[in-house]
Amino acid sequence: MSEALLDIHGLRQTFPKADGGELLVLDGIDLEIAQGQIVGLLGRTGSGKSTLLRLIAGLAQPSGGTVTYLGQPVHGPPPGIAMVFQGFALFPWLTVLENVQLGLEALGLPDPEIRKRALAAIDLIGLDGYESAYPRELSGGMRQRVGFARALVVHPNILLMDEPFSALDVLTAETLRTDFLELWGDGKLPIKGVVLVTHNIEEAVLMCDRILLFSNNPGRIIREIGVDLRQPRNRLDTRFRDLVEKIYVAMTQRTPNAAQAGTERQVTINTVLPRVSANLFSGLIETLAPPPFSGKADLPVLADELHMEGDELFPVAEAMQMFHFAEVEGGDIKLTDTGKQFAELGMDDRKKLFQRQLLTYIPLAAHIRRVLQERANHVAPKSRFLDELEDHMSTEDAEHTLRAVTAWGRFAEVFAYDDDSGTFSLENPS
Amino acid sequence: MRLFVPISVSGWVRLFSRWDVLAVLLIVGLLVFLGEASRNLFQPLADLQRTPPSLDPSHLPEYAARTTLRMLVAMALSLLFTFTYATLAAKNKQAERLLVPLLDILQSVPILGFISVTVVFFMALAPGRVLGAEFAAIFAIFTSQAWNMAFSFYQSLRTVPTELAEASRSFRLSPWMSFWRVDVPFAMPQLIWNMMMSMSGSWFFVVASEAISVGNTTVTLPGVGSYIALAIQQQNLKAVGWAIFTMLVVILIYDQVLFRPLVAWADRFRFEQEPGLIAPESWVLNILRRSRIVDRLTRPFGALWRRTLIGHPAKDTEAVKPVSQPRPGWITFQWSLIVFALAALALWQSVSFLIEGITLSDVGTAVLLGFFTLIRVVVLIALATVVWVPIGVWVGTRPFAAVVVQPIAQFLAAFPANVLFPIVVSGIVFWKLNPNIWLSPLMILGTQWYILFNVIAGAVAIPAELRAVGANLRVGGWLWWRRIALPAVLPYYVTGAITASGGSWNASIVAEVASWGNDHLEAAGLGAYIAQQTDAGDFHRIVLGIVVMSLYVVAINRVLWRPLYQYAERKFRL
Repeated sequence: MSEALLDIHGLRQTFPKADGGELLVLDGIDLEIAQGQIVGLLGRTGSGKSTLLRLIAGLAQPSGGTVTYLGQPVHGPPPGIAMVFQGFALFPWLTVLENVQLGLEALGLPDPEIRKRALAAIDLIGLDGYESAYPRELSGGMRQRVGFARALVVHPNILLMDEPFSALDVLTAETLRTDFLELWGDGKLPIKGVVLVTHNIEEAVLMCDRILLFSNNPGRIIREIGVDLRQPRNRLDTRFRDLVEKIYVAMTQRTPNAAQAGTERQVTINTVLPRVSANLFSGLIETLAPPPFSGKADLPVLADELHMEGDELFPVAEAMQMFHFAEVEGGDIKLTDTGKQFAELGMDDRKKLFQRQLLTYIPLAAHIRRVLQERANHVAPKSRFLDELEDHMSTEDAEHTLRAVTAWGRFAEVFAYDDDSGTFSLENPS
Repeated sequence: MRLFVPISVSGWVRLFSRWDVLAVLLIVGLLVFLGEASRNLFQPLADLQRTPPSLDPSHLPEYAARTTLRMLVAMALSLLFTFTYATLAAKNKQAERLLVPLLDILQSVPILGFISVTVVFFMALAPGRVLGAEFAAIFAIFTSQAWNMAFSFYQSLRTVPTELAEASRSFRLSPWMSFWRVDVPFAMPQLIWNMMMSMSGSWFFVVASEAISVGNTTVTLPGVGSYIALAIQQQNLKAVGWAIFTMLVVILIYDQVLFRPLVAWADRFRFEQEPGLIAPESWVLNILRRSRIVDRLTRPFGALWRRTLIGHPAKDTEAVKPVSQPRPGWITFQWSLIVFALAALALWQSVSFLIEGITLSDVGTAVLLGFFTLIRVVVLIALATVVWVPIGVWVGTRPFAAVVVQPIAQFLAAFPANVLFPIVVSGIVFWKLNPNIWLSPLMILGTQWYILFNVIAGAVAIPAELRAVGANLRVGGWLWWRRIALPAVLPYYVTGAITASGGSWNASIVAEVASWGNDHLEAAGLGAYIAQQTDAGDFHRIVLGIVVMSLYVVAINRVLWRPLYQYAERKFRL
């Protein structure tokens, strides 16, 4: 390959926290993108991969480190980098043609050329006949095609894609992916490199030449996996499956320093809790306990069985692990004895067991209950706990964590919460 | 369709912030400044010597045209104000902190009471006399139109979806281009509804601002308003009837030729494409769209306009400047310093102005009278609620009725109720009724419709499934109202009630004092107080009355309406 299109060095990004501190969302990102590559950024929601994409696009300024595009530092949206958005970001008051022309008009090109290039892009991307339609008249798939045409028409060197297929149904997404790969493979696209953000493991293996795995909190690149399968790739191919499995393993692996300290499973009062409903626990345990799984399953297989994507399954697995209902390692999930016991019980006993696990292993729940017990009227405002949490995490995470623990506390009947007054109490409405 | 909430209801946690206080000071300072200036200019003002208006109905088309023209000029000014003020507030964090509370409080100033002051001020600015009076009238209309438009535009700019904003930046649209291609289109539907609201509201002011007496000076501009004033003076009911008929025709023309096409045209700018909504239609717009001649005539202008929106070729490696770099602290500091200095100046000026001409007992009187008016407003809003909420729900849950009633209610809201005052007043005089009670309904005559058509809109929006569940569970009678209908329409009702309440305060200035020929009726209240002081030409007390009234309105918005709105929005928004 020839010279690097994009060179990222020591990039970090922080956001201000409520207490005046800083929250690190991206740290120590080093990345080089060469010509002719599709690079995938794969990670869970909140791993900072979308933030990285926006830093590359010049839509945000990094707190540290540099982004260099064709030898020039990026300080604002540079010409030659175009973006495709998750929610399409089409202008509803412009027709398909006008949407596609917009970027060219901003370049100040003469009218005839604008028209010629826009029509060519529309033709290329399979939107012929829709030129005068408004976005609202189109289906999701056609809308995203407009998104692609609008990005390609400015002849960018780098195309950034922010989960471009995740808002589409499975079939439409697959069609769009295949069409894109075909055009890319035939060299018909006026682009030299692609950066794709996704949380879909199979999508990454299907499309990318290199996959960068991101860790959570803060987002770091934990691993790089090269994909040397020939296009078009077959999802059922053994090598394809092996790669998917490999990525699952990598993503469920304990991070080296956490494993050393032995703290990974140790949930503290300040751990960000995943919002997983108690019903999902029951459902997953009931699926896992009987054959064919008999208490142990391969995550990708389980995801297929449940029609879930890895990204949806991970938080559930993580929560099960926190409750000591299951253990996750090396791409496998295994029920613990408590988990197996849970499967055997009836509704009321399940609640009791859930209550025990909650108070034993989720310190925040125990903390809330203790505070309520200590108070004379057994009532405490939500803000009391929220403020505490916000010292250690972002406002959004604090809100989510408190919601998660509220839902669990309600299910286990450990405490009650009244949303109108925003207060926790020990009493359940009688 | 739902109306926009005419006060700031989001983003401000505390009841009053430091910036609110500053905004109040600045506005009071401005009022005092204008009052002071007008007082000094008052003496040399000479009577207008022109052909007196005539009650001959054949003049009405011309009068109506002149009145309309004033409103259109004011609308153009309001748009200009909206595009600049609101944009500055939305794009500049420093400016935003002051401009938003400022706007919120400006909205509460009863400009009706201030027309007298501005008349004198503008007459002095333009010694050509007629022009000065025209300026004053246009300014009064402008102040009745601009605030809520600016507010709606500001809120739209703040809510442009992140991805759209990012797309326009990543395609390197210039600020000018993205303003016209992204910001304005996104804000358009809300803005047009607010322009309609403003237009409706400003009829009230146009009628009041064309014939104004300050002390023993009377300024009369040819127009429908002055025609009505003359008819009242001469106790000519037939002429009043003609004026009402003219208004009806003008409002109808307005609606059909201006707003209906605008609404139909702006439909393409709607961002959420909710299914099941019927796209608004306009025969005027259809004709314009299909006409070849219009197309030919407008094409060159369109092309020219498009050229200004086209960017300039950038060098290939040149990046767009980063937006919103954190500002250095000292700019913030300087800015605060300027604002504080201005506020201090305003405070000093106000205090010295008040000390000079106002005693503490004056303030007490104004506050007490304000309390009387407050009672009137509260009682009237409560009455209007009891009457219109059930009717609105009844209409809204019957599609055929809603289709008929909704436009009528909107039309009634546009109709300047002060045109009907003479009829009511002549009735009060005839039956010898107590003005303290019977003048009051005039205050809400024009504003009650906001409650009605908002409630109708709310009831129409109740999902069919929820109504089906209600029927399925055989929920009926009071339970149905309590559990289904009232919660569902509450957010809409509050929006309407805020408008109605604010409008009623303003209307009190013309409603608490009314005349019919030589019969003068007065109710005890702050509105009557302002009107009396205007007649007496006492600028100190005019300013005092206006300031007290503004504070009442602001306080009620903050203490009652805003919390209620937030509660309704959080709990009952479907």
